[in-house]
Amino acid sequence: MSDHDELRTPVSLQGIAADDPHLAPAAHNPQIVERVIAVTFVLGLLLVAGFGACYWVNAKPWTLGATMGGGLTFLGIGLIAWGKYLMPRGPFVEERHELANSEDDRNALAAAIVERGGGVVKRRKMLAGLLGGGLGIFGVVAMFPLLRSLGPLPKGTLFSTDWKKGTYLVDITGRRVHQGDLAIGSIVTVYPAGLENTDRGQAVDQTVLIRISNENFTTQKGRETWGPAGYLAYSKLCTHLGCPVGLYEQELQLLVCPCHQSMFDVTNGAVPQFGPAPRPLPQLPLYIDADGYLRSQDGYDQPVGPGFWERGASLS
Amino acid sequence: MSSDVVNTKRAKRQTAGPYGKVGNAINELDERLGVAKGGRTFMDKIFPDHWSFMLGEIALYSFVVLVITGIFLTLYYIPSTDLVTYHGSYLPLDGQRVTEAFSSSVNLSFAVRGGLLMRQMHHWACDIFVGSIVVHMARIFFTGAFRKPRELNWTIGTTLLILAIVNGFLGYSLPDDLVSGTGIRIAYSIILSIPLVGSYLGFWVFGGNFPGTTVIPRFYILHVLIVPLIIIGLVGAHLFLLVRQKHTQFPGKGRTEKNVVGTPMFPVFMAKTTGFLFVVSGVIALLGAFAQINPIWQFGPYTASRISYAVQPDWYMGFLDGALRIWPSWSFHSFGYTIPFEVLIPAVLLPGLLFNIAYVWPAIERRFTKDNALHNLLDRPSDRPKHTAAGVATLALLGMLFIASSTDVIANFFRLPLNEVLWAMRILVIISPFVAYPITWKICKEVQALHGGGKRKTANVVTRTALGEYVATPAPKYVDDEHQELDATPVPRFIVEGDEPESSGVRVADR
Repeated sequence: MSDHDELRTPVSLQGIAADDPHLAPAAHNPQIVERVIAVTFVLGLLLVAGFGACYWVNAKPWTLGATMGGGLTFLGIGLIAWGKYLMPRGPFVEERHELANSEDDRNALAAAIVERGGGVVKRRKMLAGLLGGGLGIFGVVAMFPLLRSLGPLPKGTLFSTDWKKGTYLVDITGRRVHQGDLAIGSIVTVYPAGLENTDRGQAVDQTVLIRISNENFTTQKGRETWGPAGYLAYSKLCTHLGCPVGLYEQELQLLVCPCHQSMFDVTNGAVPQFGPAPRPLPQLPLYIDADGYLRSQDGYDQPVGPGFWERGASLS
Repeated sequence: MSSDVVNTKRAKRQTAGPYGKVGNAINELDERLGVAKGGRTFMDKIFPDHWSFMLGEIALYSFVVLVITGIFLTLYYIPSTDLVTYHGSYLPLDGQRVTEAFSSSVNLSFAVRGGLLMRQMHHWACDIFVGSIVVHMARIFFTGAFRKPRELNWTIGTTLLILAIVNGFLGYSLPDDLVSGTGIRIAYSIILSIPLVGSYLGFWVFGGNFPGTTVIPRFYILHVLIVPLIIIGLVGAHLFLLVRQKHTQFPGKGRTEKNVVGTPMFPVFMAKTTGFLFVVSGVIALLGAFAQINPIWQFGPYTASRISYAVQPDWYMGFLDGALRIWPSWSFHSFGYTIPFEVLIPAVLLPGLLFNIAYVWPAIERRFTKDNALHNLLDRPSDRPKHTAAGVATLALLGMLFIASSTDVIANFFRLPLNEVLWAMRILVIISPFVAYPITWKICKEVQALHGGGKRKTANVVTRTALGEYVATPAPKYVDDEHQELDATPVPRFIVEGDEPESSGVRVADR
């Protein structure tokens, strides 16, 4: 430490002797470190070149990543070691200069804003008001093209589906569902006839059709005729966040949403048994026509899918 | 002006001045831009040596990887929901009607040379980007680096975290595969849950009812241009403030509030940090090579009426997904209106609250501690038990919410009823902060009472015995322990030549 004190003089001149310990490498044995780094650089160089070769011959994707990743990692480790062990070990110091200015300087700036700017505005209050009003109006008006043009208004679209009186139930291929099609305990996703391949048919109208063993099963009061021949149809949109309720627990007769595990009791009007869903899945009333095809008695009696602000208005 | 004709190499070298071509270039630049002084100061900028200062570098360098791999991906990805029939090299999908977004994502993985690697690197880099931001932020929090004068940079950093998460979600959505499409649907439903304006916002973001045809192109332009530009601007501001205000540092020999001790920008830090850039990129490339991520061809294209089982979002969305799973089904209907609290609270209010607390935390803490001083020296976490305990409690809460995002997987794995797992997670989420706080506080207090614990470079290992007693034993010496005993010296303006007769010219400092 004592010979360090002797170095104070050049330090104050901000020069330093070439043999100052601060400039010495950190490694005890720089030659060995240098050799090790050379090896990592050679490995890195070979691997990076190998990356080029792998690309050239269109080798498997993993070989590209392995050569590039390995090469970069070796080059990086070597460079870090060079910096850490072979460059001046320091430590070096720098002073912090206070960022804050003197009180006079601050006052000068404040004065410039308040006196120059404020004075100008105060003297011409009307002009400032008009300008401010103009910019304010522009700010509001500019919102219209920026926001309003983005899309249509929801209007009633969130409240309705394409299920109407007498709509045929079809599967994803467009085939009408006949009363003999489903074995007891099985499940199929159905759409309103003609909409099975449309965005709206799949995103909004999707309905899950389940056949249970009980004929003419009543899921809830007032739904006595909704489930002919054990066919029950519920909206497939989870009332939590709109995921398709795609899992059917056959033994317990529960519909399960794979997103957040809400479970709906199929035999009890799809009332949620478990999980975060707040409402039952709306049930689609069905009937079987003279030819034995499944059709809807009517549309859903409430909006399908997750909740939204205006939704309550339709329930009353 | 000299009229000597300079035509030999030697003559040229003689007229070039002591620093040759570099010196000439600097002369030319300085005459026009005046860069010499500032440039020199920048070269001398001191970076403290501590491993925890590396976390922000991981974030920066994974962002570099994101930009480079992302540019590659934009050259092949088609942001369109138009339907095409897939006839690519992945045969199981042959003949399927898929969107152009999906088909181009599969094609750039299989038909473009190096495409799969770039896509996997991009995804891994994103997960690492967000992860390193979180860990970096925790470091800044626990060491008190966010305090005056650095509150603004804390705010910028918090904004960067939000933007990183948002852009991660946007990018994850672009391939239009079955899993990400379900994610978009959930996002749409979350927007719908906002009272009063939810349905309007939903329709404006999606250009109509879900799914519409505009959401993929809109997410694309946000993901590749708008959000990255903001991120780049804020990263620039983040680094500018870092240089302007200089680094914080841990207390230690010769380290005061008024100086910074460490290694200078050039060449030492430059070498180390460039090497680190290579290592970060290299590790991401290795992950891209060996660890499959988001195999969209296995998920298949998005169809609104299909869904996959046991899928989780990317990890940084986990806490939101977990909150959505465990929040009870408290919907509110009254006066003819609905407020879907079961979605609004966990997915909108909870993250809103968390990030707002993060934003105002420096102000909150200043008010409680009545500490308005400038801080350049860092705290050790144990120095501020309440502060540290609050941070650990928050992390415990977030960690439990994250675990709650896989209730179904946990139930399956441990063969437990889903119901019990859900209730267990509900209880754990609520109690975990209340358990974490006092334990952390107690540990901080005990470590404080320990003599010789945590003095930098005396390298004590602190152990806790079975009886709860703390013991500090000196650690074995490392190779570079000794040189740290030197006093710090300013970066030299010049190097005084030694006496060696052979040495000619200025001795290069880095051997």
